[in-house]
Amino acid sequence: MAANPMSQFDVYRIGPEIKVGAFDISFTNASLFMILSTVSILLIFNLGSKKNSILPNKIQLLAELSYTFVSKMISDTAGSKAKPYFAFIFSLFMFVLFCNMFGMIPYTFTVTSHIIVTFVLAAFIFIGVTVIGFIKHGFGYLKLFVPSGVPAVLLPLIVVIEIISYLSRPISLSVRLFANMMAGHTMMKVFGGFVISLGIVGGWLPLSFSVALTGLEILVAFLQAYVFAILTCIYLNDALNLHH
Amino acid sequence: MVKKINFQSIFFSFFFIKEAFAAESGGMPQLNPEFWVSQIFWLILTFGIMYLVLSKLILPKISNNLETRKSQILENIEAAEKQREDSDAKLKEYDEIISKSKLEANSIFNQAREKAIKDISAKREVLDKQIDNEIAEAEKEIDALRKNAPNKINKIAIETSSELLQKLIGAEVNNSSISAIVDDLSKRNGDKYYGN
Repeated sequence: MAANPMSQFDVYRIGPEIKVGAFDISFTNASLFMILSTVSILLIFNLGSKKNSILPNKIQLLAELSYTFVSKMISDTAGSKAKPYFAFIFSLFMFVLFCNMFGMIPYTFTVTSHIIVTFVLAAFIFIGVTVIGFIKHGFGYLKLFVPSGVPAVLLPLIVVIEIISYLSRPISLSVRLFANMMAGHTMMKVFGGFVISLGIVGGWLPLSFSVALTGLEILVAFLQAYVFAILTCIYLNDALNLHH
Repeated sequence: MVKKINFQSIFFSFFFIKEAFAAESGGMPQLNPEFWVSQIFWLILTFGIMYLVLSKLILPKISNNLETRKSQILENIEAAEKQREDSDAKLKEYDEIISKSKLEANSIFNQAREKAIKDISAKREVLDKQIDNEIAEAEKEIDALRKNAPNKINKIAIETSSELLQKLIGAEVNNSSISAIVDDLSKRNGDKYYGN
């Protein structure tokens, strides 16, 4: 079982089976790590916001740096109109980041390596952004699909392409995160397997690869959370400030 | 070999998700819908609670902390600026006082010097006058002495020569004839000694 690089993504029940109607909502290892991530986020940011000293301590600095980082990201990409959505994007960024980072600890489960989790997040963002766009601009939001300055001959084609690209947003957003996490973790597992199978003689090379990959994966874990958040900001920007 | 097939199934599954469902059992656990509902449920629950707590409790506190720090820093900068201005003004005042007192000291010194010079010159005048007077008196005295000197000398010469003659000749000689001779001689010699 351990040799299979995909077995790390197995979801299994912890405790009894819980059923609501026809739906199985049992507590699983995925649920455990979602709770771990959210609890650690809340813990860190609660500690970081408790005391208000002029010279912040380490945890306060961490919380405030994260706050300014995300708020700068939002104001840079989506402008000042996106301020009401700050809390959501902050939560999103932190949730994805912590899930990714928890996945980097050996023997843990990576919540974001599951397409259903990332897809639910992406679909929620997609629906939310679309609703916001229609509320802000009415049917004028459909102008998003009609870029200005395009020759009339090309317009039907461009509109179709724009609509397809718009509709594929949740898929690209969710698959990007999920595939990155899954591929990275699978690769690390494969190299780890090589270390065992090649033994003390030849195992050093894949071990060094494993070490390098761990560093790379930590970078990817941060980067994908950042990309996820910044793409959300860009979609939000489209909905708030209709440029096309 | 087994691993390779696994990878292939991963990549194929991106394109043929439906086909992957059928062949899922050996492939990706992600495409097993058994726990999808559970994952969605727990995701919404945990994320929702986290969002609510963050947005209602924690993030406002952090933003408030940042705001108060910012305003406090601005206040401190303002206060520092004000204090700097104050100290600048005080420095100017101090400089003024110093230069004023320097001027004052200078003027006092000058006055004192002038006064001293005046005193000195007044005293010197007085002394000069005294000295002049004394010199004049002395000159008068000298003049008087000089005028009396030939008479006295004549008298002494007459007396000495009469005594001398008496001792030499033994006879009394008329004083008046001697004095005529002495006068005559002294007049001639006086010309030689005094240069008048």
